[in-house]
Amino acid sequence: MTDQVLVQPIEEDTLAGRGVWATVRRRVLFWVPLTVLAVLLLLALFPGWVGGWFGNPDPRACDISASARPSSHGHPFGQDLQGCDVYANVVHGARASLAVGLMCTLVALVIAVGVGTIAGYVGGWADSVLARLTDVFLGFPFLLGAIVVLNSLGKRSVLSVALVLALFSWPALARMVRTTVRATRDAEYVQAAKAMGFPTTRILSHYVLPNSIGPVLAVATLTVGGVIVAESTLTFLGLGLRAPSISWGLQLATAQSRFQQAPHTLIYPGIFLAATVLSLITLGDVLRDAVNPKGRS
Amino acid sequence: MKDDILRFEDLTVDFTVGGTTHRAVDNVSFAVRPGEVLAVVGESGSGKSVTSLAALGLLPSNATVGGRISFGGEDVLSMSRAELTTLRGRRIAMIFQDPVGALDPVFTIGSQLIEMIRAHQPALSRGQARERAIELLRMVEIPEPESRLKYYPHQLSGGQCQRVMIAVAVACDPELLIADEPTTALDVTVQQEVLDVLLAMRSEISGAIMIITHDMGVVADVADRVVVMRKGSVVETADVHELFDRPTQPYTQALLDAVPRGGLRDDKPSGPTEGTPALSVEDLVVEYRGRRGKTVLAVDHVNLALNPGEITGLVGESGSGKSTIGKSVLGLAPITSGEVRVDGRALTTASSSVVRRTRSRIGVVFQNPAGSLNPRATIGQSIGEPLAVHRGVRGGELRGRVEELLDSVELPRGWAGRYPHELSGGQRQRVSIARAISLDPGLLIADEPTSALDVSVQATVLELLRSLQDRLHFACLFISHDLAVVDQVCDRVAVMSHGKLVEQGTREAVLRAPQDPYTIRLLAAAPVPDPREQAHRRSLRLVG
Repeated sequence: MTDQVLVQPIEEDTLAGRGVWATVRRRVLFWVPLTVLAVLLLLALFPGWVGGWFGNPDPRACDISASARPSSHGHPFGQDLQGCDVYANVVHGARASLAVGLMCTLVALVIAVGVGTIAGYVGGWADSVLARLTDVFLGFPFLLGAIVVLNSLGKRSVLSVALVLALFSWPALARMVRTTVRATRDAEYVQAAKAMGFPTTRILSHYVLPNSIGPVLAVATLTVGGVIVAESTLTFLGLGLRAPSISWGLQLATAQSRFQQAPHTLIYPGIFLAATVLSLITLGDVLRDAVNPKGRS
Repeated sequence: MKDDILRFEDLTVDFTVGGTTHRAVDNVSFAVRPGEVLAVVGESGSGKSVTSLAALGLLPSNATVGGRISFGGEDVLSMSRAELTTLRGRRIAMIFQDPVGALDPVFTIGSQLIEMIRAHQPALSRGQARERAIELLRMVEIPEPESRLKYYPHQLSGGQCQRVMIAVAVACDPELLIADEPTTALDVTVQQEVLDVLLAMRSEISGAIMIITHDMGVVADVADRVVVMRKGSVVETADVHELFDRPTQPYTQALLDAVPRGGLRDDKPSGPTEGTPALSVEDLVVEYRGRRGKTVLAVDHVNLALNPGEITGLVGESGSGKSTIGKSVLGLAPITSGEVRVDGRALTTASSSVVRRTRSRIGVVFQNPAGSLNPRATIGQSIGEPLAVHRGVRGGELRGRVEELLDSVELPRGWAGRYPHELSGGQRQRVSIARAISLDPGLLIADEPTSALDVSVQATVLELLRSLQDRLHFACLFISHDLAVVDQVCDRVAVMSHGKLVEQGTREAVLRAPQDPYTIRLLAAAPVPDPREQAHRRSLRLVG
C-alpha cells in the first residue's frame, strides 16, 4: 500500500496568503461596514466640524416657528418639534449613542466572559453559584432595576447609563459563554492539552476561548443595537440621559409620538441607528468567519 | 443473469457541492443474486455506502444518478415516490451502522416492531402483530422477548439494539436485506453474535443479503461473493475463496496485506529489566459518580507495570476500563485509591509542579485525530506547543524542531502552516504522534490510535509508531480493542474485562496460549481474514 500521505500533491503553502488579514482584505462585506463605522466614528469625534456642513452647526439653536418642518435649504434632514436642526442633532447624538452602546457591550462582555468561563470550565459548585447569580439578575425586572439604580445614583451621565445597562445585559451573555465553554471543555483537544500538562491559563486562552467565543461575539454585536434602543427607552421614561444631552435614543423617543405629522424626525436618526447595528453585525460575522480557519478560503 | 435480485449497470453518482461536481460512484456494475450474501468492501470514500443508498433512492437532492439500477426487473431510478416507499422496507430492508441511533428513543421496541409489521401487513390484528413481534425477537435471540417488548432502546445494549434492528428489517420478509457496516460500532464478541443472527436470517427470509463493510475479517466470515470498491469504482468481483486465495488485483492484495495479523514480528528478548518501571499502576481503583448517587466502578484494583522501552498492549471491550487507566495516568480521571507512578514518582501525592514536570514526559495520542488537535491552531503550532510551554523553545529553534518532527512522521515540512481540517485522518494522526514525541517522552500513551482509520492507513501509522519506538525507546501503553493490532505492535499484553485485569504477560504467552476464559473468548471472536478458518470456527460454535 502506498502511503496516502505521498499520494497527495504537495503544494507549498504561502503563509502570507492565509492569515486573517489576507482573508478579510478581499471581502467587500468587510470594507463596507468598516467604512460606515469609520464615518460614524468621525461624527462622534468631530461633531462640530461635520455638523456645520450645511450652515447650522448648533443643535441647540432652535426656531420654534419652524416646528417639524421637513427638509429645506440649510436643514437637509428637516427640523424637529422644537424647530431644531435634525441633521445637527443626529451628528451630535452619535457620540452619546455610540459611547453608550459600545461601552455597555464591552463591560457586559468582559463580565460575561469572566463569569461564564469560570462557571463553564470549573463546573461544580462554582457553576451552581454563578448560575444562581445570573438567575437573580435575569429574574429582576429590567426597568424596575434601572429605575432604582439610576434614581439612587442621582447623577446621569453617559458612563452611568452605560454601566447600569451593562449591569442588566451581562447575565444573558454569561449564560451563553457558559454553554459554549462547557461544550468546548469536553472536546478532545482540550483533554489533550490537559494531558500534556499545559497551564490552565494557556488552555483557556489558546484552546477553550478561541473555540467557544464565536457565537457569543455574534450575539454581542446584536447587543450594541439593543443597548442603544434600551438607552432611548430609559430616556423616554425620563430615566436615561436628559436634555440638554443629545442622543439618537432621545431623538427617537421624542419623535415617535408625532411620527405621523413629522416622519422625518424619526426616520433620520432611525437610519443612523440601523446603519450602526447592521455594520456591527456584518463586521462581526466577517471577522468570526475569518478567525475560524475553516471559514478561510 | 435474468433472475438477479438487484443489478447495478454503469451506475454513476455525482454530487454537486458549491458549484463543483464530485464523482462518488463511477461506472459501477454488479449484481446481487438470489439467496446469496454479497459483501461490498472498501475503505472510506470508496462509494460503497452511496451505491447502496442509490438502490433505495435515498440519495440527497444534490446527487445526480446515471446508469441503471434494476430491482427484480424494475427500474429503481424511474420509480415514483410512492413506488419507492413500497420498495423500501417491504421489499428492501436496511440495517444501519449505529443501532442505538436508528431506533426511535421515545417509543418502546415493541411498539416500533408492531408498527413496522402492521404497516406492511395491514391485515394482521394488533394481537397477531404482537405475536409476530415476539416470534421475531425470539428469532434474533433476544432473551425473554415478551417482557422486552416494553423496553426502550436505551435500556438495551448496543448488540441487542442491532438485533432489534435486524428483527425490524426482516419483519416483512424482504427480498433483499442491505446491512451497512452492521457491526462496526460493536465489540468483537457482540459482533460475532450479531453476525451469527444475521446469517441465521438468511434461511428465514427468502431473499439475499448485501453487507457493506470495511473489515476483511467480517467479509471472510459471512460472504459468499465479494465486490471490492475503491474511489467509486469496482476493483474486483469474485467468489470469497477465490478472492482470499488468489486476488487478481494489486489493490485487493494490498488491502489484504494491510489487515493486521499477528506473529509477523520477531520477539524482542525482554529479559527481566532492572531499575524502575516507566509506569507502574498499583492497586488502582477509579470510581465515577453517576446520576442519583450511584457509583460506577470503572477500574477495580488493577496492578500493571511497564518496563522502559516496551510496548504494552491494554486490550478490552468497551466499558472494560482500559481507557480509564490511561486517563488516570494523565490526570483526566479521578483516582479513588491506589497509586500511579511514572518513573518511580508517585503522582497522587506529589506536589503540582512535580506532577506537571512528570506529565511533560508523557506523550499522548488520542483515538480521534479529528478531535484531538486544536482546530484554531496550525499543525506547526500544535506540534511546537509542548516545546514552547514546557521547554521555552522559541523562534527559529522552535521552527527547526517542528520541521524535524514533521520529517520524523513523514509529513512534508511545508505543511506546518496548514490547519487540521485540511488533512486526512491518517495525516492528522501523524501530527498527533509528532506532538506526542516532541518532548522525547519516556512514556507514550496511545488510546486507540488507529481505530478511526482505514485499514491501509492504520498499517502505515502502526509502522510509523513501531519505528519511532525502535528509534526513541520510549515505553508505550497501547490501548486497543483490536487483538490483531496489539499482536502486531506490542511486546506485552494485558487483558481487561469489567474493570479488572484478567490476564497479563508477554505477547506470545497471552495471545498464543491464553489462560483466562475471557481472553480465549475474545481471541475466538476476532474475525480473521480467512474464509475457511471462519467457517471452521462457525461450525464449532454451532455444534458447541
